[in-house]
Amino acid sequence: MITAGIDIGAKTVKVVLAKDNEILAKSITPAGIDTTAASEKTLNEALSRAGLERDAIENFLATGTGRKDCPFTDKEVTEVGAAARGARGVLESCRTVIDVGAEEGRSVRLNDEGKVLDFAFNEKCAAGAGAFAEAMARALETTVEELGPLALTSEKAVPMNAQCAVFAESEVVTLIHAKTPRQDIARAVLDAIASRIISMVRKVGFEKDVAVIGGVALNPGFIDAMNRGLEMQVHVPEDPEYIGALGAALLASE
Amino acid sequence: MSEKTVSETKEFWRWKEYRWHDESMDWKSAAIISAGVDIGSVSSQAVILLDGKLYAFSNQRTGFDSPESANNAITWAMENTGMSLDDIHYTVGTGYGRVNVPFADKAITEIACHARGGNMMYGNTVRTILDMGGQDCKAIRCDERGKVEAFLMNDKCAAGTGRGMEVFADLLSIPIEEVGDISLTVEEEPDPVSSTCVVFAKSEASALLREGWPKNKVLAAYCSAMAHRVVTLLERIDVVKDFAITGGIAKNRGIVSRIEGELKLKSLKTDYDSQIAGALGAALFGQALEKKRRK
Repeated sequence: MITAGIDIGAKTVKVVLAKDNEILAKSITPAGIDTTAASEKTLNEALSRAGLERDAIENFLATGTGRKDCPFTDKEVTEVGAAARGARGVLESCRTVIDVGAEEGRSVRLNDEGKVLDFAFNEKCAAGAGAFAEAMARALETTVEELGPLALTSEKAVPMNAQCAVFAESEVVTLIHAKTPRQDIARAVLDAIASRIISMVRKVGFEKDVAVIGGVALNPGFIDAMNRGLEMQVHVPEDPEYIGALGAALLASE
Repeated sequence: MSEKTVSETKEFWRWKEYRWHDESMDWKSAAIISAGVDIGSVSSQAVILLDGKLYAFSNQRTGFDSPESANNAITWAMENTGMSLDDIHYTVGTGYGRVNVPFADKAITEIACHARGGNMMYGNTVRTILDMGGQDCKAIRCDERGKVEAFLMNDKCAAGTGRGMEVFADLLSIPIEEVGDISLTVEEEPDPVSSTCVVFAKSEASALLREGWPKNKVLAAYCSAMAHRVVTLLERIDVVKDFAITGGIAKNRGIVSRIEGELKLKSLKTDYDSQIAGALGAALFGQALEKKRRK
């Protein structure tokens, strides 16, 4: 059975095509202004990579912030459900899923069978989301992709007082003026996001194994901060930004 | 009043800095000259009092170096008066950078200073002061002498602060001083933006602009969301009449009128500059402390 999962996020749209729990193809595009157009483009790209026509898809599930606006299906699954299923699909032993996207963060606890026990999320404040890293990368005149590797070269932790992304931006500028090494600032920024996420994770509790998914999981400096903060090694699956879409595709076949 | 010229580059958040002094007053005949310097996270003010009466003040952006900002603030307040630092008998530092005022005799918290300054600016009937600063927002309840009875503060989040407003001025390319008035030109009040977070509200506003919303409508939606956020802080401290707003945002009619509307309570008006409340309070403390010292 061929199924599709689409994850319409705040910043990007992801599609995963699956056949009997095997990934056939995936694709990602910026959500841009017109999410319908972005969704069309992402699906077409995935289909052409898999060499399939649209009518080959037998079941389709949507997830993500924009799932209600999905042009292909009105069947949907919450981000929590999709994250849980997707994480179990790539890490059977997973009991805790931490999903950090551009404008949201969530932590989900699972039982042995992968059923959701409890979850917490933040969608109100940029401080615990990718948007924070992006704003700080701009202040540091670098890209968000370079922020992580830069942070890993830091040997000294500098404290970040501001929680709010708007205030943190001024703080970063002050740190630059105080000649604080850029790598130390980069580390402070990623430590700050991790600390916000970890306080959310602690609200619902966590148990091994822990998977970190979502676009921010691609940032090695953030993962390093999570490992230090949680005092354990978290798992980052391959292509962590696709796990929500994968979860939707897997649920569509069940 | 003299103003510094705004730089040529288009920085819409950059408000005009200014100074003022009362030319009809003679500082040489004053028994006590006291000063208050308020080093905030965004702006710094210096106030000079002659026997407890307002003589001069300055208002400018805080630089990266607090002691330097303090020196600049007081020097600018004294400009063209012939007065020098040695002529000031007592100086009190306040605000976020209060311990970094090199020439201060004492540092006092901005909460105490705002209550004291608010009491002089708005009269002794004021019981609730909302100070809307550059990077924080404080709700202060005080007695008829301007003594603090209770306070609550949000310094964690930019929503409802001056810095958050500056971000929007830049986003919409509207000078910060005009943001409030322009938000009031809408024919019908739109729904507030759904995000409280300034970062998310900014993405929401960009999407509304792309949808074709005019700037005044976007500003109205933002101002009412921020006003609502501040009202939730005020409600936690229980607003007692009379009510007054100090700080830079007290000059933003778009925010003030929406706070008043939600509280169903008018705020007091004043002829003083609302941004000098903290420095004025500090200078009043300085005046009292100098009197005490001379006894």
